[in-house]
Amino acid sequence: MQDFEYVAPTTLEEAVRLLDGNGLKVKALAGGTDILVQLRANRFQVDRLVDIKGIPELNQLSCSEADGLTLGAAVPCYRVYEDERIARLYPALVDATSLIGSIQVQSRGTVGGNLCNAAPSGDSIPALIILGATCEIAGPKGRRTVQVERFCTGPGRNVLEPGEMLVSLKLPLPKANSGAHFLRFTPRKEMDIAVVGVGASVLLDDARQRILSARIALGAVAPTPLLAREAGDLLAGREASEAAIEEAAKAARAAARPITDIRGTARQRTHLVGVLTKRALGTAIARAKEGKKP
Amino acid sequence: MTGRTHVHTSINDTDVDFLCESRQSLLEVLRDVLWLFGTKEGCNDGNCGACTVIMDGRIVDSCLVLAVEAEGKTITTIEGIAQAEGLHPLQQAFLEGDALQCGICTPGFVLAAKALLDREPDADETRIRHWLAGNLCRCTGYDKIVRAVLKAGKEMREEAP
Repeated sequence: MQDFEYVAPTTLEEAVRLLDGNGLKVKALAGGTDILVQLRANRFQVDRLVDIKGIPELNQLSCSEADGLTLGAAVPCYRVYEDERIARLYPALVDATSLIGSIQVQSRGTVGGNLCNAAPSGDSIPALIILGATCEIAGPKGRRTVQVERFCTGPGRNVLEPGEMLVSLKLPLPKANSGAHFLRFTPRKEMDIAVVGVGASVLLDDARQRILSARIALGAVAPTPLLAREAGDLLAGREASEAAIEEAAKAARAAARPITDIRGTARQRTHLVGVLTKRALGTAIARAKEGKKP
Repeated sequence: MTGRTHVHTSINDTDVDFLCESRQSLLEVLRDVLWLFGTKEGCNDGNCGACTVIMDGRIVDSCLVLAVEAEGKTITTIEGIAQAEGLHPLQQAFLEGDALQCGICTPGFVLAAKALLDREPDADETRIRHWLAGNLCRCTGYDKIVRAVLKAGKEMREEAP
């Protein structure tokens, strides 16, 4: 690996200053499970790595029934799936974080990094999209927020400008009678990269028969993880029935724009979008029915 | 480009200071600077688990940790798990159960299994197989490794006060 300057700021202001490299090639380092592999493979060069793990705000993990979830960008996956409050309120996030890499990778890799890496197959991204997460971003011009579904702009590319960094992800508190699920298809159950990943969230009425709203997000079938808005919207007002789920799966297949590559053909991926959408919705609905009645 | 950085760590219950370049992985420093050759290099990209060490209680691939990031950390390598009275129960079980052939993956498997049994002494076969998914072995077919971990777990439970 080429040499670079390593810096580990302890405040956000300092990190933003160091990330704004004045022509230097600078990247933020969280868990390193993607970036160190990419550097070693000469995918790109850096002059400076800014280790963001020493900044308190980025290690924040607060989850409450009042404010929802604030997930600092440097919080590793295991802290997410070992948190009992998250397991209760955001099981879809547990589905996704416990699928990323190995236990070793989950000790280091972060949800924030999975998002910033912007792989079309990034497992946590569809989960964040269906849960309505927003990205809190800090930069030389101050703070801004971006909806997760707008964060990735292409394979390995995101909306961050030079000097900007992801600070945290904010997830609203799930409503009563709601449920969500993420799953993926991989030849090997663990340690693999999604051929297709699908997340679905639903909000049911008080009788838990009718779907009030739904969100469906697709991974690895487009240049970025995708919110299949029409597929979710057509479920609004519908009975939570097999026929409705079938229709949503068809719309999700239509939204997918997959390519053929080493992991699967476009045809297989389109088929998988349908299968996984049905399964994701089925589990999301079952979870919505499991929760406490309001 | 930027000179060398002084890093202070605890490795196998001993205070260890070393100098490293920013680009060096913890794996490189363990082997090339500290001469702890028990930690193996396999794929060098986080797939095979041969370089697994325990850092602050969690298993990590030491190829995916920069040595500078080890500042202030507590690290256990394969050299640090045998006890005064003899091998660690996992090491003994691997030996007795023929759970290794070439041995390159073994330190990583033993450390990953130790981290599991320390947390979950009752881990069953499914849990063990899932936990060890990040460690690859091209010789044994895994079965003897899983049997060895189950056996060591049983022994450790029986020995526990």
